[in-house]
Amino acid sequence: MDNAKKGPVGRRGFLKDAAVTAAAFVAEPSTAHGHTHHDHDHQHQAVPSDVALRVKALESLLVEKGLVDRAALDAVVDSYETKIGPRNGARVVARAWVDPAYKKRLLADPTAAIAELGYTGGQGEDMVVLENSPKIHNLVVCTLCSCYPWPVLGLPPVWYKSAPYRSRAVIDPRGVLREFGLDLPEEVEVRVWDSTAEVRYLVLPERPAGTDRLSEEALAALVTRDSMIGVTKVSAPQSGGRA
Amino acid sequence: MNGVHDMGGMHGMGPVVHEKDEPVFHAEWEGRIYALTRAVRAGAGRWNIDAGRFEIERLPPAEYLRMSYYERWAARLAIQVVQMGLVTQAEIDSGAPAPGSAKATPQLRAAMVPAMVERRVSTRREIRVRATFKSGQRVRARNIHPSGHTRLPRYARGKHGTVAADRGVFVFPDTNAEFLGEKPQHLYSVRFTARELWGERASPRDSVYLDLWDDYLERV
Repeated sequence: MDNAKKGPVGRRGFLKDAAVTAAAFVAEPSTAHGHTHHDHDHQHQAVPSDVALRVKALESLLVEKGLVDRAALDAVVDSYETKIGPRNGARVVARAWVDPAYKKRLLADPTAAIAELGYTGGQGEDMVVLENSPKIHNLVVCTLCSCYPWPVLGLPPVWYKSAPYRSRAVIDPRGVLREFGLDLPEEVEVRVWDSTAEVRYLVLPERPAGTDRLSEEALAALVTRDSMIGVTKVSAPQSGGRA
Repeated sequence: MNGVHDMGGMHGMGPVVHEKDEPVFHAEWEGRIYALTRAVRAGAGRWNIDAGRFEIERLPPAEYLRMSYYERWAARLAIQVVQMGLVTQAEIDSGAPAPGSAKATPQLRAAMVPAMVERRVSTRREIRVRATFKSGQRVRARNIHPSGHTRLPRYARGKHGTVAADRGVFVFPDTNAEFLGEKPQHLYSVRFTARELWGERASPRDSVYLDLWDDYLERV
């Protein structure tokens, strides 16, 4: 390939390139807003969005160059839309609630115990499970980017990757939890886990009271994504529990 | 680098906006850029996870804050495919392969995707490296400000903590991000009290745990 950027690139030169390319790649609408009225029409044409068109152009280019296969892209999207998501983590949690031996393995060797249920893969290579209790509440964040345990929770929701959550979860965890509807008493210890390395965290929420008669499947249906990040608790079903 | 991506403890970012029944992707292009990125990474190329993060961190700060999450991915992939030598900037600009350019064979086929998404690509290294610290030991996060990639957030620098666990030996991001070697070393879970990080108004019971490498820590 006739690419000029092989080998070491000077930091200064590269930064400049990166800035220029990034700005050129997704320059709308911030630059458009800086323009005067005669750009008005252009702003209204930004549907479909400029980034959508640019991604389409990039995909076409990579397909035409034989670098990617469209069917493979479809399969990746389908995997994360239909297979790899928080229902996986919910099954892990429900199993731990009903099977003490499994729970013991889950806490001692989380990656292996999660793999027992068939969940492995990228962003879940080295798992740690954090058990919530009446005295300790665990909360997971990635202040630096978006680290999240894909095999058990899928891809992260927008709020998890957002500046408000990333900035506040470490300095004001109780305030963030209150916004999620969870007002913890002072005597509960809050532990925030900032995912700064390749270790990925799954919160094992408390099993709600009054669910003794529920089956493992019914329990799994109660477990929410948010409870496994640690921003909420799991609630018992409104009816008081089905058999 | 002391970039805007290092957000822990910042003020003024607003409330956390929670979307009910949120879709995995909010628009088709989000799924496409996610899949394109995975497909390009699956091919043979000069890429690692730390280099990928560093690329996002080097987006111009105002752009970083303005862009949505997947817009950052889109900007990054446009930079990385050129950097990896897969396409030229001229081809990105024109949107078409250069006349006479070679056609490659896709490295990732649909049939390979189930195995690809389930594959473990751990950065743990099963080698013997001496651990500088042990569980229960008091440590201080070094007051360092590398201009390159680092996973030591600003809010922890210079702060005292306690080693809660030794996670084992992992690739060191600071060197790996710039292809300067993996420099595998022990990674520790380090507990910092909320008061040590945020002062007397923080809850006396609360704490923040960070995963920190040997090179980020010093003896007290």
